[in-house]
Amino acid sequence: MSNVLIFVEHAEGEVKKSSLAAVTFGQELAKVKGGELHLALIGSNLGEVVDQARKYGAAKVHTFDNACFENYQAESYTQALVAGAKASSATMVAGATTSSTKDLMPRVAGELEAAMASDVMAVVGANQFKRPMWAGDVIATVELATDTHIATVRATEFDDPAEGGESPVEAHDLNVDLSSLKTEFISIKQVKSERPDATSADVVVAGGRGLKAQENFKLIEDLADCLNGGVGASRAICDAGWVPNDLQIGQTGKVVAPNLYFAIGISGAIQHLAGMKGSKVIVAINKDPDAPIFQVSDYGLVADLFDVVPELISSLK
Amino acid sequence: MKVLTVIKRVEDPEIKVKIKGDGSGIETDQMKYVVNPFDEIAVEEALRVRDAHSGELIVACVGPKDATQQIRTALAMGANRGVHVVADKNLDPHNEVKALQKVVEKESPDLIILGKQSVDDDLGQVGALLAQQLGWSQISFTSKEESLEGPEEKGKQTALSIADGSLQALREVDGGVEVLKAKLPAVVTTELRLNVPRYASLPGIMKAKKKPIEELAAKDLLGDTSSIIKVIGMEAPPSRAAGIKVENIGELVEKLKNEAKVI
Repeated sequence: MSNVLIFVEHAEGEVKKSSLAAVTFGQELAKVKGGELHLALIGSNLGEVVDQARKYGAAKVHTFDNACFENYQAESYTQALVAGAKASSATMVAGATTSSTKDLMPRVAGELEAAMASDVMAVVGANQFKRPMWAGDVIATVELATDTHIATVRATEFDDPAEGGESPVEAHDLNVDLSSLKTEFISIKQVKSERPDATSADVVVAGGRGLKAQENFKLIEDLADCLNGGVGASRAICDAGWVPNDLQIGQTGKVVAPNLYFAIGISGAIQHLAGMKGSKVIVAINKDPDAPIFQVSDYGLVADLFDVVPELISSLK
Repeated sequence: MKVLTVIKRVEDPEIKVKIKGDGSGIETDQMKYVVNPFDEIAVEEALRVRDAHSGELIVACVGPKDATQQIRTALAMGANRGVHVVADKNLDPHNEVKALQKVVEKESPDLIILGKQSVDDDLGQVGALLAQQLGWSQISFTSKEESLEGPEEKGKQTALSIADGSLQALREVDGGVEVLKAKLPAVVTTELRLNVPRYASLPGIMKAKKKPIEELAAKDLLGDTSSIIKVIGMEAPPSRAAGIKVENIGELVEKLKNEAKVI
């Protein structure tokens, strides 16, 4: 069988939005391959997220529900996904491009002797995919020349999945002895934000070096809050420690494609553009009329951001 | 402490690459090549680890003959010696890892540090695949919370704490940071926000000319080096239509409301 197994990530009892896009990729590819779609859920006390995952017409939802999977760890999750791949006779194992899958999927590829396509943007054929190279300056079509394939999937390129018949669940009884692993999980510090995540928000407001000082990032946050949007940042101000690196938009940070993107005080280095040029409407505010950001913006305003952003905020309130 | 760092020769990321007319590859005439920026960060961190724990830093590179230039750059930054696995071209992650395994077998390092991805193929697979194939522990996307413009960075302290045969480090994850502790030997990949790589000094460049680089042939180590990720075509991304400049906020808000209909 040429089945497709999608690793479905979840947080706080819900399937992550990026994983929904990966399910859509799975539905599409299963059709092309003429195989079944299977989903894998890994965690501790999965609860209602299992019911959510059953809605998308997958042939089966494989669950790995055990205390050992409470925290993501590369070694233990690799064991679960490899077991899932075998149980589902999958010739493709994929998940959304996230910090976990970037850490995990090359290991799964190694275990399954599979070639891997990173950050897939489109399905071309059963073993052919489009993916970005050189920071998105090139869109390559790649062919994976192994029997089994692995992919990470760029979530902004796929819509939410169609719902289908309720999937049966196969609960796998896998218990990984964490003390046997070579890497030990010590702690995680999550940055809690009231704002929507930039990768799933309709509006993203991003700030850069033009803000001049850390405290001025509040302008970005205030504008985002007016529009119920998420916030993002250029590499420069992440490096400077003004904002957590988690906000970085770009080739090496997050790739976003909201309906409306504000680039404020961001010059528009190639690496930044790679992370946001898929946005529907781009607004750039920069006092340098020659800033490269204006080459990709739909609406550009050459002005001092400290004059115009407060004005924009008050006109939106 | 024996540290191995892995670098790759890539097109200068500041130059926009152009696709050949037939889509078979990119134009390489007059291209400038550099050390993959993430690997430069890896070399910097490896130097700090070596200096903090004393020992040796080996820089390994799998790539074409001309990649000697990039190995020299890492040697000029301060690495002790180089190992160059010479191939006709850059190899895919699967083959690169197989070649690196041979280097690791010979050198038995305690720690391997490499960039989290290279900016040419943007695959980001070598670090985790190498750890898996070696059966070593792995910490991807190591970073630090302190500013890269602060005093800690100027002191060139390593962000990787190594003691009693283990390495503890902070790594970036979506929505936060995580701390992991890895038994040595380990494979570590570097995020952008780990350090600011040093420039090679003039004396460093002079010294680098005399540092040894061992050359091995990929075909002797691996036999078949054909890629399992075949690029069968390249195209440019859809370009954005040129936008307009607005004069003021009033006009911007009006356009967003009535023309783009996004607010």
